[in-house]
Amino acid sequence: MILYLMCFFLFLVGLYGAITKRDLIKIILAIGIMGYSVNLFLILIAYRSGALAPILEKGLEFSMVDPLPQALVLTSIVIELGITALLAALAIRIYEKYDTLDITKIRRLKG
Amino acid sequence: MILSQFIFVPLFAAFLIALVARKRENIATAIALIATGWIFIFSLIAFFKLPAEAGMIMKTTSGWKIPFTIALVLDHLSAFMLIVINLVAFFSAFYAIQYIKHFTGKWNFFALFMLMLAGMNGVALTGDFFNLYVFMEISLISAYALVAFGTESEELEASFKYATMGAITSTMILFGIGILYSFTSTLNMAQVGQTIQANPSNKLLFLVYGLFIAGFGLKTALVPFHAWLPDAHPSAPAPISAMLSGVLIKTLGVYALIRIFFNIFGAPPVVLTILLLLATLSIVIGGFLSLVQWDFKRLLGFSSISQIGYVILGFALGTKLGILGGVLHLLYHSIFKSLLFLDSGAVEYATGERDIRKLGGLAKKMPVTSFTNMIGTLSIAGIPPFNGFFSKLIIIIACFAAGHFVIGFIAALASIVTLAYFLKVQKHAFYGESKLKNNFEKVPFTLKTSMIILAVLCLVSSLLLIPSVRQTTVQPIVDAVWNATQYIDKIVPFLGSV
Repeated sequence: MILYLMCFFLFLVGLYGAITKRDLIKIILAIGIMGYSVNLFLILIAYRSGALAPILEKGLEFSMVDPLPQALVLTSIVIELGITALLAALAIRIYEKYDTLDITKIRRLKG
Repeated sequence: MILSQFIFVPLFAAFLIALVARKRENIATAIALIATGWIFIFSLIAFFKLPAEAGMIMKTTSGWKIPFTIALVLDHLSAFMLIVINLVAFFSAFYAIQYIKHFTGKWNFFALFMLMLAGMNGVALTGDFFNLYVFMEISLISAYALVAFGTESEELEASFKYATMGAITSTMILFGIGILYSFTSTLNMAQVGQTIQANPSNKLLFLVYGLFIAGFGLKTALVPFHAWLPDAHPSAPAPISAMLSGVLIKTLGVYALIRIFFNIFGAPPVVLTILLLLATLSIVIGGFLSLVQWDFKRLLGFSSISQIGYVILGFALGTKLGILGGVLHLLYHSIFKSLLFLDSGAVEYATGERDIRKLGGLAKKMPVTSFTNMIGTLSIAGIPPFNGFFSKLIIIIACFAAGHFVIGFIAALASIVTLAYFLKVQKHAFYGESKLKNNFEKVPFTLKTSMIILAVLCLVSSLLLIPSVRQTTVQPIVDAVWNATQYIDKIVPFLGSV
């Protein structure tokens, strides 16, 4: 249980960072942290204490970890890579245009 | 019917464009047009081949039984969404052929466009939670890139805002999916629904509701989550604005909300109440914020928030009449809002100006744009014979029938506000004295054609309300939403054991 709570705490740390930080790079990192916490959560769901890797062999009976969330985590890591790369590219282009990474100074849109 | 063609045709087209058509832009255009045309025709065939009585086609993507494979499910709701998506996509692609000349990297544009389309079709078809997330991310990432397509400072800023908010809420959705998986040990929507309806009082579900309302609510741009829309939608090139406002917020937002909360969770009353309140807020706040806008496309963006409020309001009432209104308003809004965005794009193409105070007297110079814009205005404001009138009327009547008198009254008043801000556009941009200093460019052929056809559709789609037509077209969709368990019951025979 404590693991789940810490995992949720990590999620909240990411959320807090994404909401309160003013630096584009820090926001990107905070979103990354949120992603990690969810990946960790998926892995925690799959975990069974004392279980082995899910490879079946004839004549052997043992408890296995759930392989499906592990496959999901691989996919979600790739998706997060895509998003992080896109955000970083946008941040670089924004820096070229505005000469700053501070979001309080990047305010040409309003309304 | 090969269901996966709706996903792999645009996906294949996107990669083909990136591989083959880098130097030859005509080939990129041809591939995009053929692919969008192809799936548009097949989406129509798919809808009319479904049997009217609770028809459903289910295909698995491999030879395995359901819990071990990804299922693609086509029922009337998803077939209807396919038609809406591909209709707008085809005309936007056709419009883009000549519009996109002002930008560099035409092949880039079409490749991203096709990727976004593949993602949206995937969302409409999938019967699997994680698959929904993956397709949603495919279309969102290409949407972020397309919003920043002009790479001007405002566009980058809007795109970063959209991407940040989108990424945060997508993470929340994935978190919700994780909780659902730990609860039900399956990702298949029908099986999740079965397990949940067997023990519906689990407290953990409320966390999932919250995560999903925040996640999909942001994609829908319901009011507390709306801040990105008026920046992102106007910043994109006009055909993409039409796609984003016309179908992206509906597929990723409204469709996903309806599918998950109605068909899987069985329309829990607490969620319906929350959606009802958010929808009313959206109608009012979106409407009043549009009143004070002077940027043509930004005004349309705020108006999208208000109109999407009507769609959600219809569904959230949970009565048959309300759902009918919601379904119709979803279709009609995708038609007239994409028409209006294409008009604003034509104005920008011709004059290079988006501020309606600096325009004026365009009615004489661009008769086609002015006329189609007038039709779009009348439709969205709800003037009878045009389609918007009927859907709004049904939603408002449904409000009164369900006993929500205050909300019905607000919805009726907000409709007048809609008329007010669109008449403002008409007055300042299309009539009066011309204040234009820039050179005037003629509106090319493909822009005009797309706008005229969509304007005609604004009138023709009202015919869906004729009772005999309605019985065979709209009624099955309403039933698919309303009979919450029908979706699950239909899939059960295909299920293997968990």
